Amino acid sequence: MAERKPVCMVEAINLALHRAMADDPDVVVLGEDVGPNGGVFRATVGLHERFGFRRVMDTPLAETLITGIAVGMAAQGLKPVAEIQFMGFIYAGMEHLVSHASRLRSRTRGRLSCPMVMRTPHGGGIHAPEHHGESTEALLAHVPGLRVVVPSSPRRAYGLLLAAIADPDPVIFLEPSRLYRSVQQVVEDDGQALPLDTCFTLREGKDLTLVSWGAALKETLEAASRLAEEGIDCEVIDVATLKPLDGDTILASVGKTGRCVIVHEAARSYGPGAEIAALVQEQLFYSLHAPVQRVTGFDCVIPYARQEMAYLPDVDSICEAGRQTMRGNDQ
Amino acid sequence: MPLSVPISYTRYLDDHGQPSGELPGWVDDPQLLLDFHRQMTLVRAFDQKCVALQRTGQIGTYASTLGQEAIGTALGRAMTEADVLIPYYRDTATQLQRGVAMQDILAYWGGDERGSAWTAPGALEDFPICVPIATQACHACGVASAFRIRQQPRVAVTTCGDGATSKGDFLESLNLAGVWQLPVVFVVNNNQWAISVPRSLQSAAPTLAHKALAAGIPGEQVDGNDVLAVYDRISIAIERARAGKGPTLVECVTYRLGDHTTSDDASRYRDADELSEAWKHEPIGRLQRFLHGQGLWDEEKEQQLQRDLGERINAAVEAFRSLPEADPGAAFDHLFAELPERYRQQRDELLIRAAALGGSAHG
Repeated sequence: MAERKPVCMVEAINLALHRAMADDPDVVVLGEDVGPNGGVFRATVGLHERFGFRRVMDTPLAETLITGIAVGMAAQGLKPVAEIQFMGFIYAGMEHLVSHASRLRSRTRGRLSCPMVMRTPHGGGIHAPEHHGESTEALLAHVPGLRVVVPSSPRRAYGLLLAAIADPDPVIFLEPSRLYRSVQQVVEDDGQALPLDTCFTLREGKDLTLVSWGAALKETLEAASRLAEEGIDCEVIDVATLKPLDGDTILASVGKTGRCVIVHEAARSYGPGAEIAALVQEQLFYSLHAPVQRVTGFDCVIPYARQEMAYLPDVDSICEAGRQTMRGNDQ
Repeated sequence: MPLSVPISYTRYLDDHGQPSGELPGWVDDPQLLLDFHRQMTLVRAFDQKCVALQRTGQIGTYASTLGQEAIGTALGRAMTEADVLIPYYRDTATQLQRGVAMQDILAYWGGDERGSAWTAPGALEDFPICVPIATQACHACGVASAFRIRQQPRVAVTTCGDGATSKGDFLESLNLAGVWQLPVVFVVNNNQWAISVPRSLQSAAPTLAHKALAAGIPGEQVDGNDVLAVYDRISIAIERARAGKGPTLVECVTYRLGDHTTSDDASRYRDADELSEAWKHEPIGRLQRFLHGQGLWDEEKEQQLQRDLGERINAAVEAFRSLPEADPGAAFDHLFAELPERYRQQRDELLIRAAALGGSAHG
């Protein structure tokens, strides 16, 4: 009997891990505190009891090692799902992601491959200590050979994580920690994966396209509702898979509206918004009614908990960018 | 004082090829000894050919294995086909012993990814050469973890140089191997030099094998220029791992007789006297003198061997030279299992750029 009660995102992730491990004996879970403790966010609760210490591994406290052994396991055909406790600790594993995981298939011309998943909490807004609120997805999305995924709801977290685990190549799975417990949805535990290369259109509209991902979609959707009251009809796109980017969905939407505002928590310069804006102007320059705008985090270190909300894109800023865009070339 | 913990050092043959004590029983197998000799001689001749090909612009930068022929030959021989090698970048000897073809090794150093796409049945799951220092130690622990998870009686063997033992990857890997009792063997090629930095500036540990002790695993030294000692001790370590008794670190004490790579000039930082002294301990002459003493080798056999190996090497070089240029699109074709549609256009652009270069695409 499938689960019918509403679950939050971290529970949906837990459901997906249980499902993947039950369906495929090659799926293993590793990381710090993922065993009997069930993960510091409880994403791996029950796995150790159900699947045993061989498949659910508490590692020593060493992120370089966690990333590196996931590469070795994956090269042997296992599907390791490694957890890094916070995105701010992923950097110790960067050498393995950049120099090995992402290119093992390429540098052996397909003789070996690296079907691993690295899960890590992403983004700020939970009043956590420093190094716990990072949005550095651009560092990862820049690396050829890596897929980068950011879910924004329990259902999408479930389906995208199943897809990430089933994918034959390395996938970075960034879990917006602000959404872990804030939203509940009924998630059918049906083992259905979602596509890894398709944006989701969360709201249809004809005047303005708002593009975002992860936790910032909460403010983006609120802004769309508020703008609707002002008579501005917004389309809202959840990018969900930052790499490879589904340009078609974004371009089709902006082609229709002629206006685009990109919203992300990550710092502005060289952020993923720059890539999306570049794509839009390359393809749609002559049909744009207004310059593409970005509402983003700032090019400063994300402030500690007391002031971090000032760093994150807020509803007012998104609405203002939307209004400016509507004034467009006539302003 | 904890650092006074003794580390064993194994050597069976002295520099003159004389047994320095009782030899292990397997030394009675003359074919094995002759195989070692043949293989080490091949490695040295092939290695010299690689350097010559670099000097004449036919391959790129190459990391010579001169002086370290015994280690790779012995450890490659001690492994079974079921085991997996996770090498570093000075492993020509090990790769050849594992069955990787000379033309594949030439292709790799010649700047062609197909050099790591070998089809040698004994090395199908072996990792390609690892350039980022010590990262391969983590991969070896992952491979060994896979064996543990699947409860397979297989062993992961990883190599590195003395400099790599300073890196966190190496130490984190030792630590994990100990706590998980992984079927992995760490083989350190201590050739005394990490490019220009000598062993004495790398670590205050009395031996590099001591680093195993803090991880709770056995560490030992062998004379890396004595193929009998290396084979004996690594075989024991591999079988120990296979039997579920955990990892071992074997520090093979040797000397880098060549430059770091063909891009290096060791005379800038290394004393000529030290080098000429090191030549007195090199591994091939030592085994040859032992074989002479056993009546297993003579000058005529040596000349015949050199001729045979020369022909094999020349044939491999010819095969490498006649390798058709790779399809430039392969860079995209192997990026993912299936190329996302979004990259199709970039692949086409790459093909156009490559075509514009014409015959000089590889230059």
